[in-house]
Amino acid sequence: MSRILILFAHPVLEKSRVQSRLVAHTQHLEGVTFHDLYEAYPDFDIDVKKEQQLLLEHDIIIWQHPFYWYSCPAIIKQWLDLVLEHGWAYGSKGKMLTGKWAFNVITTGGAAKAYSPSGHNRFTIRQLLAPFDQTAYLCNMQYLPPFAIMGTHRLNTADIELHAVQYEQLLVALHNDRISEAEWKSVTYLNDLIPLPQSVMD
Amino acid sequence: MDQNSFLFQATVFLAAAVIMVPLAKRVGLGSVLGYLLAGIAIGPAVLGLVGDESQDIMHFAEFGVVMMLFIIGLELEPSLLWKLRKPIVLLGGLQVLVSSIVIGALALAFGLHWKQSLAMGMMLSLSSTAIVLQSLNEKGLMKTDAGQSSFAVLLFQDMAVIPMLALFPLLAVNGDAHTNGHNNHTETWVSHLPGWAQTLVLLGAVAAIVIAGRYLVRPLLRTIAKARLREVFTATALLLVTGITVLMIQVGLSPALGTFLAGVVLANSEHKHELESDIEPFKGLLLGLFFIAVGASIDFTLLAAQPGLIAGLVVALMAVKFLVLYFLGRFFKMGWDQNMLFAMALCQVGEFAFVLFSFSQQGGILPRSITDVMVAVVAISMALTPLVLLLNERVIMPRFGQCKVAMPPSREPDAIEEDNPVIIAGFGHFGNTIGRFLRAHKIGTTILDIDSDRVDFLRRMGFKVYYGDASRYDLLRAAGADKAKIIIIALEPAEKRLELIETIKKHFPHLRMLVRATNRYDAYDLMNAGMLHVYRETIDTSLRVGIDVMKLLGYRAYTAQRAARTFLKYDESKLKQLAAIRDKEEYIVAARSYIEELECLLQADSTGDGFRVDTGWDEESLIAEVRAREAAHNSPDHS
Repeated sequence: MSRILILFAHPVLEKSRVQSRLVAHTQHLEGVTFHDLYEAYPDFDIDVKKEQQLLLEHDIIIWQHPFYWYSCPAIIKQWLDLVLEHGWAYGSKGKMLTGKWAFNVITTGGAAKAYSPSGHNRFTIRQLLAPFDQTAYLCNMQYLPPFAIMGTHRLNTADIELHAVQYEQLLVALHNDRISEAEWKSVTYLNDLIPLPQSVMD
Repeated sequence: MDQNSFLFQATVFLAAAVIMVPLAKRVGLGSVLGYLLAGIAIGPAVLGLVGDESQDIMHFAEFGVVMMLFIIGLELEPSLLWKLRKPIVLLGGLQVLVSSIVIGALALAFGLHWKQSLAMGMMLSLSSTAIVLQSLNEKGLMKTDAGQSSFAVLLFQDMAVIPMLALFPLLAVNGDAHTNGHNNHTETWVSHLPGWAQTLVLLGAVAAIVIAGRYLVRPLLRTIAKARLREVFTATALLLVTGITVLMIQVGLSPALGTFLAGVVLANSEHKHELESDIEPFKGLLLGLFFIAVGASIDFTLLAAQPGLIAGLVVALMAVKFLVLYFLGRFFKMGWDQNMLFAMALCQVGEFAFVLFSFSQQGGILPRSITDVMVAVVAISMALTPLVLLLNERVIMPRFGQCKVAMPPSREPDAIEEDNPVIIAGFGHFGNTIGRFLRAHKIGTTILDIDSDRVDFLRRMGFKVYYGDASRYDLLRAAGADKAKIIIIALEPAEKRLELIETIKKHFPHLRMLVRATNRYDAYDLMNAGMLHVYRETIDTSLRVGIDVMKLLGYRAYTAQRAARTFLKYDESKLKQLAAIRDKEEYIVAARSYIEELECLLQADSTGDGFRVDTGWDEESLIAEVRAREAAHNSPDHS
């Protein structure tokens, strides 16, 4: 049984179509702590001690957010800057996060094809997520492939719902330790471990 | 009095005031003393421009005291009055009682009849509401312990006048009793009624004021305000005061008390500020006139004839009153400094003694030879009050006060006195939060405050505190204003803040000023005084409430937070614009324009003009573009 911490960030959730549905599907899951950063810290005054305590109480850390400008909304950066202290999260004496799993759950407007050397975003999602990858690495965590919902501009309500269920299944599987290291290492996106019908994937 | 002489007199009085008051203020004597000096100057002793009529003018100008109590009532909400009930009844009651007995006993010792002595004791136990409140207000001391206690005592005295007036006819010595008929003070609607009926009428009048104030005057004011005729509203305000005065005189109550009551009843009304700003100039002028008349009525020929007697009486009287007040203050556990101020402030005899003297002379209680001398004594004691207060502030407090202006010598004589970069002027609710915050971060702050009890306490807590009027140059200098970098102006009275700003501009131009503003209008004044850092007391708190309301209604915390910030920025910019307009056109008295301006602000708010909505996170336009392209190419793969 792994305890999951979702660090969620969306500055205007009330306008969101996809993330709001994902959030809805995380709310009553056992073993999942949903932590809404913009709601908790509208003034960006992050309570470092409390955040560190939360990290200690969980085994899997998820940064869930829209993929703004190929990265995260501002508050997640603030969170990283303040919470992952030297001597606590990293450095010769900073071992508190050792062995935990971490990954991003992102939604992108651009379609999957756009995120490739030949697409108009030129880089792959994995390449663009390098800062998170390296952050996790420096903190002795294992960095998993992202769970990504792409081309959201064109998704209809039904497909959004299917993705949300897919996300919920992923969380249940992770909580119950149904996904092995070998398994996640074999895929580009965690989505691939819980396949949806081909018609959803465009 | 024909037209010409009336205009001539008005010119004399106004000219005297216009010349003397600013002069007196400039040399730090305060306006009350300025008016008194103006009165002496135009009186028979110096220029002789006014003569016997000054007594009449004084009676007329006493109306200023009535107006003052109306305004005080407006500023005093019923709950606050209720809180003061103990000092009013106990402190005030004891003061009148003890002073009357002591002074009466002295008079008896000087060979007066016991009835005369009793009358004398009662008359002289009263203090001057006009002089005391005006002086304390001007010095910003009304909110201190001494200020509140003085107010309580004065209020009780105002009530005590009623039974005194009732008692006086019984004190006539020569028995033939010039009964009520002769005296216009008792010739009223109710004078022919039996005692119980008079009491009933009296209570009825008070009830009438309370009920009418609540259910009649408020709607009336609302209707008149809607008519938007300025002068009619002013007329209504004046009518309110004069009407109550007439009613009170007719039922035999003190008009000051009646209007005070009406003021309290209207304290919660939405027209409070308008009433205040309408009555204020009348009150100011009449009070000034009153003080001038007091100055002019000092009979210098009598003084020259019996200088020893009069001087002796003045000193003895003030000393006796001072001692009674001082011991009462001790008894009520006032701090030494506050107690001194309290006793000094109230040790004169009040304007009501003039009325009571003429009354008792006509009523055959006291002979003219005595009343003439006593009137001079009373007038001089009133004229001396501002001087006594000045003496207390400048000489006694700095030497003997527990809160000396100068700091006690530092424990280690050769330790270099630290120069605090920040000065906080005014350590009330507003200042003390700033002070605590800065202290928590070890930022050196020097505090200036005028409440000696608070100063005492803060010193014990290890703050560096200077006691006194922060707008004074010498105090600022002593507090290290020439070396400090920043001064936070958190004084309570708005005029004091402006005064302080002027002093700083003149003597310490390097100091950066951060100023507290009570409201928008205050902020305008401060901005127009060139202030860059103006902080409205309530805006942040109100907006925090707004944020919480949005959150409780289910809005996202971050959205609410940003909405409030945006609103604050917008409001600040609007404030700057309006301040500029106001400066240019210098339009309308503050309170009057409130509703009009709020209307204009609300209209601007509703058009959203000036609000910047964040669009960075908006996807709508992007989604629209993607879909449009899809439609054009009819192929989803191009995005």
